Amino acid sequence: MDKFYTKKVLEHFQNPHNYGKMKNPDGIGKVGNIVCGDVMWLYIKVSKDKKEVIKDIKFETFGCVAALATSSVITDLAKGKSLEQALKIDNKKIVKALKGLPPVKIHCSVLASDALSEAIYDYLSKNKKKIPDVLEEKHQRIKKEKEIIEEKYKDWIEIEEKMHKEQK
Amino acid sequence: MFKKRIYLDYAATTPVDPRVIKAMLPYLKDKPGNTMSLHSFGQAAKQALEKSRNKVADLMKAQPEEIIFTSSATESNNLALKGIAFANQNRGRHIIISPIEHACILQSSKWLEQRGFKITRLKVDKYGLVDPKQVERAIQKDTILVSVMQANNEIGTIEPIAEIGKICQERGVYFHSDASQSFGKIPIDVNKLKVDLLTVSSHKMYGPKGAACLFVRKGTKIEPILHGGEHEFGLRSSTVNVPDIVGFGEACRICKQEMKEESKRTMKLRDKLIKGVLENIENSHLNGHPKNRLPNNANFWFSFVEGESLVIQLDMSGIAASTGSACSSEKLEPSHVLLAIGLKPQEAQGSLRLTLGRWTTEKEIDRVLIILPQVVKKLRRISPFK
Repeated sequence: MDKFYTKKVLEHFQNPHNYGKMKNPDGIGKVGNIVCGDVMWLYIKVSKDKKEVIKDIKFETFGCVAALATSSVITDLAKGKSLEQALKIDNKKIVKALKGLPPVKIHCSVLASDALSEAIYDYLSKNKKKIPDVLEEKHQRIKKEKEIIEEKYKDWIEIEEKMHKEQK
Repeated sequence: MFKKRIYLDYAATTPVDPRVIKAMLPYLKDKPGNTMSLHSFGQAAKQALEKSRNKVADLMKAQPEEIIFTSSATESNNLALKGIAFANQNRGRHIIISPIEHACILQSSKWLEQRGFKITRLKVDKYGLVDPKQVERAIQKDTILVSVMQANNEIGTIEPIAEIGKICQERGVYFHSDASQSFGKIPIDVNKLKVDLLTVSSHKMYGPKGAACLFVRKGTKIEPILHGGEHEFGLRSSTVNVPDIVGFGEACRICKQEMKEESKRTMKLRDKLIKGVLENIENSHLNGHPKNRLPNNANFWFSFVEGESLVIQLDMSGIAASTGSACSSEKLEPSHVLLAIGLKPQEAQGSLRLTLGRWTTEKEIDRVLIILPQVVKKLRRISPFK
């Protein structure tokens, strides 16, 4: 790789797809932490039929170029997919769709995949539907990581919460 | 100098002044001599070297034989810390540094610490200022060296070097200052500043990369870290990089002539930039001291946006800047300078440094004041925090 970011990454960064807040989403996935530099919020709307297709998806992200590009590209990858298919979008698929990410930025692709999983988890649990084991495991891992970071940066996170509240 | 693009990263490195290139060219072409050779090629090189030494010494009011040429500010800082540490360890093993030094000072200190030296890291206030009284209190019986930079590379704050120098002189402790960012921008007199060692770099003042120097006051006890052919009064062996040093000397000569006017000019543009940004962008904040700062440095933090995204988006809009955000660093940690002045990590994430220079025009600043608010606005639209 000659340059730090691929053309594809910069394209998504420059013109991100599907960004903005969603009214009454069926599921929300909130991952990342402002102290570490990236916060991703992913909203999904799921069709009411049996197929359970992600008919709309939006994101709001605070973060670096890679965080914005992975957020944008995952909305493309997930839109129109069934929940089952969407859960198969792992970080490798995201990196592939962006034609590569610098090694130091791979964690941003993990974050995007986590955000989608969390949004689906949120939808399934809200609707009291069965949660697949893999998704439950992933959710537990994300939750645990969040707790570790929160413990590490206790004081600073209070300020983040305040920022969340202020905008409500 | 720059067609279409706006370069506001002069603190990272400066373009080489065309007059400097002109002075260097003969030493890249028909004057190839080694300063150690006895023949006329060698003697011409030796002469050019000494002439440059005079020019560099002249700009800091030092004696020529107190100028040790090196390859970079990093090398000069390594020589200052390790050289003083090794030469004076029988007297003591305690060194005092500021917490906002360049990585080469921080890492050299850490390296010495691992080898039995004791390092005290001072505190700075919210502007990045070191309190001289704190230095006085930190000096102990076994203190051999204090190192405080003259001006910070990120936030531009100028430290009270003369006051710290006076304390060190009274207490008989060597005093080193890294002046990489300030030399050629503000007047420097090594005697008034009372420094024993001073680091200066060519590529921050319109000279080429590959040349720098360490001022070492006469009588200072210091060991070399490069051993060999005894170049530079035995303090820095290596075949002398004549073309770059000639360029360095010429850069100093130009700065001596033009510094006063140029600093006034960039300061005016800098103030316009700072005022414009703070007025036109909501939730924007200035980092560093409002007055005691380098004439060419502006550093901000913007709430709700991340610095690397800012820099890349600005680059796409034709403006080169830099940031101290975690995402932009290899370690994924926010700048130690911004944390030292009390910024929280999430605040340091949104930092942006704009540094002006010899070819910055008012038209460019006006353009930045149009583009930057748009860029911040765009990123805030995508951000969940607004």
